[in-house]
Amino acid sequence: MTNVDADVVIVGSGPGGATFAEVVTAAGWTCIVLDKGRNHLIDALPPHAPKQHFANDELRFMERHFLGPDPLLEPRSYRRSADTDGDRLFAGDVNNLPSTVGGGGVHADGKLPRFREDDFHLRSLLGAVDGAEVDDWPITYADLEPYYAEVERAIGVAGEADPARGGNPFASWRSGPYPMPPGADMFGATLSTAAAERRGLHPYRAPTGANSVPYDGRPACNNCGFCGFYGCPIHAKGDPIAMLSRALHTGRCDLRPECVVTEVLIDGTGRRATGVRYLDTSQATGAHDAPVVEVHARFVVLAAGAFETPRLLLRSNPAGGLANSSGLIGRHLTFHFQTLTVGAFPHSMLGHRGRAVTHLHDDHIVGDDHQAAAARAAGLPWLRGGIVEHGAAAGPVLEAKTLPPGPLHNEAMRRSDLRDKLWVFTMQGEDLPQHGNQVDLDPRLRDVWGLAAGRVTYQPHRHEIAASAYVAPILEHVLRDAGAEWAFTTTSPPVGDLTELDLLNPLGVAPASKHWMGTCRMGSDAATSVVGPEQRFHDVENLLCADSSVFVTSAGYGPTLTLAALSARAAHLLTDTPRERHY
Amino acid sequence: MGAFFTDDDWRVLAAAADLVIPPDPLTGAPGGATGGVVHYLDQLLGAFTYDPPRIWAGGPFSGRHGGDASFGNWFALRPVDELAWRTRVEGSLGRSEREVNGPTVGLQEHYRAGLASLGPDFADLSLEQQQERLHAVPDGFRDRLYAHACEALYGDPVYGGNRQGSGWASIGFPGDVQPRGYTDDEVRGDP
Repeated sequence: MTNVDADVVIVGSGPGGATFAEVVTAAGWTCIVLDKGRNHLIDALPPHAPKQHFANDELRFMERHFLGPDPLLEPRSYRRSADTDGDRLFAGDVNNLPSTVGGGGVHADGKLPRFREDDFHLRSLLGAVDGAEVDDWPITYADLEPYYAEVERAIGVAGEADPARGGNPFASWRSGPYPMPPGADMFGATLSTAAAERRGLHPYRAPTGANSVPYDGRPACNNCGFCGFYGCPIHAKGDPIAMLSRALHTGRCDLRPECVVTEVLIDGTGRRATGVRYLDTSQATGAHDAPVVEVHARFVVLAAGAFETPRLLLRSNPAGGLANSSGLIGRHLTFHFQTLTVGAFPHSMLGHRGRAVTHLHDDHIVGDDHQAAAARAAGLPWLRGGIVEHGAAAGPVLEAKTLPPGPLHNEAMRRSDLRDKLWVFTMQGEDLPQHGNQVDLDPRLRDVWGLAAGRVTYQPHRHEIAASAYVAPILEHVLRDAGAEWAFTTTSPPVGDLTELDLLNPLGVAPASKHWMGTCRMGSDAATSVVGPEQRFHDVENLLCADSSVFVTSAGYGPTLTLAALSARAAHLLTDTPRERHY
Repeated sequence: MGAFFTDDDWRVLAAAADLVIPPDPLTGAPGGATGGVVHYLDQLLGAFTYDPPRIWAGGPFSGRHGGDASFGNWFALRPVDELAWRTRVEGSLGRSEREVNGPTVGLQEHYRAGLASLGPDFADLSLEQQQERLHAVPDGFRDRLYAHACEALYGDPVYGGNRQGSGWASIGFPGDVQPRGYTDDEVRGDP
């Protein structure tokens, strides 16, 4: 190949793309990182100062699309199925992850658990489930462990490994300690974890990508409470500014914000990617005059997330999608099925202080005899829930909107049963992959640049609904035992026929978890998977995927640390700088 | 006279705002009018009379808890951001670049129509008559006004509402706390 602009061009600057950029630049390679969003994170030019754009501002971050994508510019469509909803149920915001330099890492509250060994081979361990495509991953926990350790250090994860000091007794083995001790336990969590222990559960101090002590040139978190959905005003959260910063400081990473990649370029053989074509919207005065730019590279890495990555591949080849001989691009889309159990206490829970969530428990992933019995009763071979986050409620604007207008408003806001006195269990339930759940191109809807909008077709498997129904009473019991005067449970997505109430729910009709996975699943067989074990596309040898699209199963854990570890592994294998396995 | 509303509009909307969030004389909690709902709406609907437009306040600190006050440094909008926010605020107005997927009714249009339905005499009616008229305004006007009233009372004061922090004070919410934050003891609830 001649005349390449860089060794690697990376599409997307979130945790996956940023990690990839750090690893390849450390190996001496050059890279261009393209992101369609604005840059509010770190100056692309030397000396690469962190930007000062984030703030404790509920309106800008929760109501006004500051981190993008604005649904008026980049609408998405959603349907449960073609049978129930035709071409679409609605268009607009469908579980929008930020479109900004740093991607989902910017708004995440930074809970960064690893998966467990079991998660990589559920099919062998537990068996198939009717109506779902539960498969083993082509790699194991042991393959990934060195890279988990590497990205924990890169991001800066504060956590506790020792169960005697609040660590997770169910965690799989680790080759070393967390880089930092955990931050302060939130008051509400001290109540909910004590009650959880009385119920026989095993809450632990959440591994969190927010500094508990000064780390890597960034300050310790000062517990401001504006964590999930907000960028960190003081950059105590390391994901992914830490990786981008190190990549930029090598001088070998060219970060280009506001560049909308329209297609992946392929050579005449159809088996090699030559680069990408993009609209440089930073040079535009309107929606239609952005210069079209091509960059060429030895390798093209897609890290645009499990929604945008398949959308880009599908539009890159109108005749059935690029690298899609399997027909599986966009399929096996998973989210997490959220079970949200809330309890209102007779006193303040101080939820506005601290890291939003400081404790988790894994018991409903691990299961027990009762859970196995619930599976049998539901006619399923097994049931797996997800991590339960012990956390605070949202801000006062959202609380107010949840209440009805009129004379009761002031009293309800002053009591604040829905915010100050609320404590929330959120279970990120494992979502079984299904062939029919997918991202494809909407036949009519367009984005502001004229590109076909992405469409989500999704409905939960009955496994998720059964798991949620089994766990919810346990969570309600724990909250009442912790002192809540009442507790109740909702789910996202809502279950059953849509009601008026579902349409008013601020969580929306589509899954709200912000965890997108599985649309380019990895595997060894090119007929049943899209990318191989080294995350190269089966059909295009120098095209890689470095985001959660490659997940084979969703597990019941937040995806970020695993997708970053996978990205690090893929980049190390590509640059022939593999990490040693520890066992 | 504001950036968008006339004095007459202002009086009508203030009365309507007090219906969706009535003041509480017992606790002194502000209602929609004293809480600044019309100020908030005026700044949003008139956002493009300011340069930069008052859509996204600056950061990182308000100055109320240390650091330099920077919320007043509003972000400049990119051309596509301006396209989106003008569409949202003004409506698509038949312009092709704003109607890629069909027309959008703007907030300005919603509020102009709402004001016309409420009538210029609205502020002088009895509470009962006001309720009746407010409920009769079509296109979800009352729900939209209530949502904006919530943003006004409990959002940052830089957006025009939450006058002197009165919305936060009424619910005991400290608002933004950067760069002070909270101590570990405060997080744990230790005395």
